[in-house]
Amino acid sequence: MSGERRTAEFWILALFFALFVLFLYGPLSAILILSFQGPGGGLTFPLNGVSLHWFHNLTQQQAVGDFGSSFRRSFLLGIMVMLVTVVVSLLAGLAFRRKFLGATPLFYLSIASLVVPSIIISLGIGVMFQQIGLRPSWYTSAFGAHLTWTLPFGVLIMFAVFNRFSPSYEEAARDLGATSWQTFRHVVLPMIAPMLIGVGLFGFTLSYDEFARTLMTAGTYNTLPLEIYGMTTNVTTPVLYALGTVTTLFSFLVILLTLGAIVWIGRRRLRGQGTT
Amino acid sequence: MTATAQDGATITASGRRRSPARAALDLVTGLSAHLQAVPLAVILGAFLLAPVMMIAVVSFWDYDFARLYPDLVLTNYAETLGSRVTWRTYFNTLRYAAIVWALTLFIGFWVAYFLAFHVRTTTMQMVLFLVCTVPFLTSNIIRMISWIPVLGRNGLVNTALIDAGLIPAPIEWLLYSDFAVVLAMVHLYTLFMVTPIFNTLMRIDRSLIEAARDAGANGRQVLWNVILPLAKPGMAIGTIFVVTLVMADFITVQVMSGGQSASVALMMRNQMSLLQYPAAAANAVVLLVLVLVMVAGILRIVDIRKEL
Repeated sequence: MSGERRTAEFWILALFFALFVLFLYGPLSAILILSFQGPGGGLTFPLNGVSLHWFHNLTQQQAVGDFGSSFRRSFLLGIMVMLVTVVVSLLAGLAFRRKFLGATPLFYLSIASLVVPSIIISLGIGVMFQQIGLRPSWYTSAFGAHLTWTLPFGVLIMFAVFNRFSPSYEEAARDLGATSWQTFRHVVLPMIAPMLIGVGLFGFTLSYDEFARTLMTAGTYNTLPLEIYGMTTNVTTPVLYALGTVTTLFSFLVILLTLGAIVWIGRRRLRGQGTT
Repeated sequence: MTATAQDGATITASGRRRSPARAALDLVTGLSAHLQAVPLAVILGAFLLAPVMMIAVVSFWDYDFARLYPDLVLTNYAETLGSRVTWRTYFNTLRYAAIVWALTLFIGFWVAYFLAFHVRTTTMQMVLFLVCTVPFLTSNIIRMISWIPVLGRNGLVNTALIDAGLIPAPIEWLLYSDFAVVLAMVHLYTLFMVTPIFNTLMRIDRSLIEAARDAGANGRQVLWNVILPLAKPGMAIGTIFVVTLVMADFITVQVMSGGQSASVALMMRNQMSLLQYPAAAANAVVLLVLVLVMVAGILRIVDIRKEL
């Protein structure tokens, strides 16, 4: 099939795909450009000069919002969610390889966690904390709320990984006398490491950008998406775009670093195979 | 390869039968499977199951402007289900879901089909798939806001159309309208359709297509009779994602309609900001039942565990 000439169907679909990519990235690039708007410029084109005025404005005291500390909170929360998601999904993935009591209900509970509307989770955790008499905060209630969104993704990914994982590798290690910990540490873990990094990326970015689940659960101190949401209704200057550009570039950086790590691990393993 | 794997399996199996130490180990690993599942069960129990049950309980409570009163009244449900506004809001939300579902399914299928069957190298497939995935990992709110300079009264589209002489005055319904809501939702959620469909298309055995070709099927027949039926599970999973996301959405509706349209979640959000938690809870129960019934219906068509 690979030797065939490109058909008309290919060119039509290629055009369709290109339009889809333009649809995905076009608006994003519009606010990227507009964040360099001159000091007198507004929320729409044309550019009224080019400046870093609005980025500088971000670092100053705002009428509404405090980006520095809300960014720090979102970043920390993202790291916490990422670590817990990776560890818990890995453990659950290992558990699902064998039969255990309640495996099917737990699997469907994970699916339910994906489909239950985010605002219901937000409301439920908010009201539950209120009734127990606990004060909601980003590191307790919002942390739990985010996990209900990131864990099912992690579990489903690990489920898919272990579905394709042949047990003969572990059996070979065991026959060579490895303990179950050694088998896990030196055979299973290196093989699934790239997927675990992927799960970590999901955990971090989904938490870092989560809004609906944080709404009722963040307590006194806002996370970054809540700040941005507050700005959409109050701020009418391109400082909003500058913030959008900064957080989007930050997300891109995180994604790039993660992909870099996955490629690096893959290369290192290939080299390891070459020498032994 | 198969022979060695089989050998390995027989050896282990016989070893397992002989040594009591192995039996003890099996017991330990069986126990450890339970232990490994505990963290997930605890977290989902505490932050999913308990809150949902809390909502179910609170939906029967009484309330006033200051606090909630534990009770067993049906007024919250009666008020919710007895109101014309509620029914109109549910209808509107279902309408969004239907339109967005149809559009994302169409776009998602063709994008996934292009990636799976027309892009020839695996590297290129992965690169293009990542290009589609990256925006999904950035902020939804920022992606929504980014439509403002494009669709606004003085936005790119209107300016371009006026400059081209196609329209005399800016089109008003591009932003802050149902059109804008649907457009933004398609923008945000199409990826949830692309990924599962791409996954199922990649798993189709290519020899099936060659067999269909050899049997004389043309391109359209292959697509309609071979690829489409095999892609159904992916479409079903994508549908679950898109439908539940749209049914739960309030921020897109609020920002993109400029407060002119309503959705169930937005109605809940307003009740929550007025501290009418029992009313919001009754709404939540109705919404949850509706969503779960829809998902259960889709799950009858597809076994998710087999598709992973």
